[in-house]
Amino acid sequence: MSVDPNALIQRYSDSERMNHWAVAILFVLAALSGLSLFHPALFWLTNLFGGGPWTRILHPFLGVAVVAAFLVEMVRFWGDNRIEEHDRQWLRQWRDVLGNREHKLPATGRYNGGQKALFWVMVVCMLALLITGVVFWRPWFADYFPIFLVRLATLIHAAVATVFILTVIIHIYAAIWTKGSVRAMMRGTVSARWAMKHHRAWAQEKIKQG
Amino acid sequence: MSSLQTLDVKQRSATTSPSPSIRSTVEVAKLIDISKCIGCKACQVACGEWNDIRDVVGHNVGVYDNPSDLTANTWTVMRFTERETEGGKLEWLIRKDGCMHCADPGCLKACPSPGAIVQYANGIVDFIEEHCIGCGSCITGCPFNIPRISRQDNKAYKCTLCSDRVSVGMEPACVKTCPTGAITFGSKQDMVEHAAERVRDLNERGYQNAGLYDPKGVGGTHVMYVLQHADTPQIYHGLPRDPHISPLVSLWKGALKPIALLAMGAAVLTGFFHYVKVGPNDADADEGDDTKPESAGAGVKQEER
Repeated sequence: MSVDPNALIQRYSDSERMNHWAVAILFVLAALSGLSLFHPALFWLTNLFGGGPWTRILHPFLGVAVVAAFLVEMVRFWGDNRIEEHDRQWLRQWRDVLGNREHKLPATGRYNGGQKALFWVMVVCMLALLITGVVFWRPWFADYFPIFLVRLATLIHAAVATVFILTVIIHIYAAIWTKGSVRAMMRGTVSARWAMKHHRAWAQEKIKQG
Repeated sequence: MSSLQTLDVKQRSATTSPSPSIRSTVEVAKLIDISKCIGCKACQVACGEWNDIRDVVGHNVGVYDNPSDLTANTWTVMRFTERETEGGKLEWLIRKDGCMHCADPGCLKACPSPGAIVQYANGIVDFIEEHCIGCGSCITGCPFNIPRISRQDNKAYKCTLCSDRVSVGMEPACVKTCPTGAITFGSKQDMVEHAAERVRDLNERGYQNAGLYDPKGVGGTHVMYVLQHADTPQIYHGLPRDPHISPLVSLWKGALKPIALLAMGAAVLTGFFHYVKVGPNDADADEGDDTKPESAGAGVKQEER
């Protein structure tokens, strides 16, 4: 098999990319507005949204919007994110991942173990944030729930959001670290060399398809 | 209310640095002697009069409570409880409900908006509505179910203990108007002493369990009750026996806040230093050709190469 290593392979379709960035933008807005109401040191972030009351009004709507956009993305990528044995092996070899010894890792399909884990953490976090968020969404829904649930939901919401933001920080760093990833999500294409290095099984399938 | 210059601030919501506190003022308290209350609701009227708030005309729900609950326009409400004593006699317990002005206020702890809730040095906990964002966290934090958000302006309201009157040396409007002297106001110390006299009197009259309600779980309160049955405060329309800020709220507004921010900052820094140490993972800059077939067989079983 001889392939021009510089040949471009389509990794993300136009609609997949736009979907991803819609989720990303909405997530950043939801996260910033949420953080501004979470810690006093970040209250100044409410200025980005038109002040405290407007941040309080907008945050839940941004949250619902990001979940809606994510649901579409989730359906698209669900099949490619089933965790298999080689993914678990990939995750067990996290030292090789961080040490840039990618040649020691099992060949991965469209997504590696880390990406799949990220996907499922996001699915769980989105769901948890949506459910807990509704429970203390004022002025509409909070009054329908007992105060104990409101308190519990508020705590879980903040804790899950923290996990989620940490996950996204890892996601963003991985994209900065792995050169070519940002281009893949911006322009849709990767080089054959990139694909063979990072997603060998997926690349071979793509190359076979021509 | 607006934050008053004449009352020094002890703490304000969502503020981690000290508030202006070089002066110390006497801690005040309102003492409500339930054994003296006749349920005339003059205090409710005086509250509405002084604060210039009018609730909508509600519905009779079959009990004397009117309105049936606190609202953004009703900052105090008489709660009537009819109960039968062991001797088979009727006992009518009438509790004037409203903000307790906790020394450790759950509303203030939960509020995310800097300065929307302040606690003055004299102990009064006041909502500064112009800074209120309407999120309802004060409701989540309050152990007494007091704050109410107005449907009109989405701001939270509750009893101010007439902070405007107190700041100029007057007693709260409800105290001023109470015809039986069931409500008294003064320094917290004086009120505790006065309560002790009242409890002694009630004891002599056969109320063995009479006592002062100044719950320690919230650091004591600046509205206190003299109860005929202090051993069972819950019979007074659900007055909590041991009110305290919910541990869920404490965790949310305590440990989680700094830990979450530290973790996020640490994650970003870890990424940065990882990049500095390991460098980019750049396929296109790699030496050689990764598309070679021999390297394409890397699989699950491969351990070292």
